[in-house]
Amino acid sequence: MRRARQGLVALSLALSLALILPRATAAQQAPAAARDTQMVTPEGLRSNASAKATDPALEARTSGVASGLRCPVCQGLSIQDSPSELSQQMRSLVRDQLAAGKTDEEVRAYFISKYGEWILLEPKASGFNTLVYALPILVVVGGLGLILTLVRRWTAVPADGDKT
Amino acid sequence: MSRTRAFLGMLITVPLIWLFAKSMSRDPRDLGPSPLAGREAPGFTLAVFAPGQEALARPVGDSVRLAMFKGQVVVLNFWASWCLACRDEHETLSEVARFYVGKPVHFLGVLYNDDALSGNKWIAEMGGQSYPSVLDPGARTAIDYGLYGVPETFFLDASGRVAFKNTGPVTATVLRRVVDSLMAAASAPTAPAAPAAPAASAAPAGAGSK
Repeated sequence: MRRARQGLVALSLALSLALILPRATAAQQAPAAARDTQMVTPEGLRSNASAKATDPALEARTSGVASGLRCPVCQGLSIQDSPSELSQQMRSLVRDQLAAGKTDEEVRAYFISKYGEWILLEPKASGFNTLVYALPILVVVGGLGLILTLVRRWTAVPADGDKT
Repeated sequence: MSRTRAFLGMLITVPLIWLFAKSMSRDPRDLGPSPLAGREAPGFTLAVFAPGQEALARPVGDSVRLAMFKGQVVVLNFWASWCLACRDEHETLSEVARFYVGKPVHFLGVLYNDDALSGNKWIAEMGGQSYPSVLDPGARTAIDYGLYGVPETFFLDASGRVAFKNTGPVTATVLRRVVDSLMAAASAPTAPAAPAAPAASAAPAGAGSK
């Protein structure tokens, strides 16, 4: 009986890991895949190509800032990953502002002043927003605690000497 | 013990269900009032491509600067020929603009992610447009106004601040009410530049984004 319980616990843990790990890996890969397959207009291709050719550092900074800004049309994608026309125009504006000497933070501040903090794909970790970052950690810690408690309870040797 | 467990379970699940239901019932296009409300309207210099009619006409190619309308109410309507919802408000906007001829109010259309040829063809199909429309290359002005899609209409008060934004097709009632209140505020001796009353309406189906 005890072995059966231990086997059941081990099986459920293995299943949980098998379910979680591929999703976590896929979540990390998805943005890169989206960038590789994004649709762009000929103008977008030309401007991207010329910027890369002239200043790779500027292009890298543009990508960095654009990756953190939400596409107003798609809403679930960054303006770096979105194929929408407005996103391409916003990306071009990011590039122009960086080229004009603005810092990454100043460019972000410009978009926040126009669209509100909603435009940031990742909310700032301050005030009420802290919950967004703290809650998953608390849930994971609480969940692990719960699992440990249950495993201990299930695998504990019964006081009356259960040998089944 | 079982009651405590049930209570704890409810304590966790009820707020989660409430959050889920609240998020699902929210219109993703309705993102609340514009952060520009009450702030100085972004300036622009844009070229006229559709002249408008009669008293409101401006020559094609004429450069329109926002600064030209200082001391007057400005109604800035972003539209496109590919936008279905823009058809619903077109006639209303033209009629209300005609109604305010001779008053310190300016109506201006801004073409969003579209070309002059399609814009003019659309205006002709719709039976004309009483006020002029301008081109916005690269949607720089649209981004400056924090545009999500079309149609969106911005009301600028006489001091040049953004007073109100309407998302989706604008109605005659909203147009008249906001414009009248902004004109009244401008003519009052100690006029506070307070935003006009109504809250932003959610965009109905048919509003476009590109």
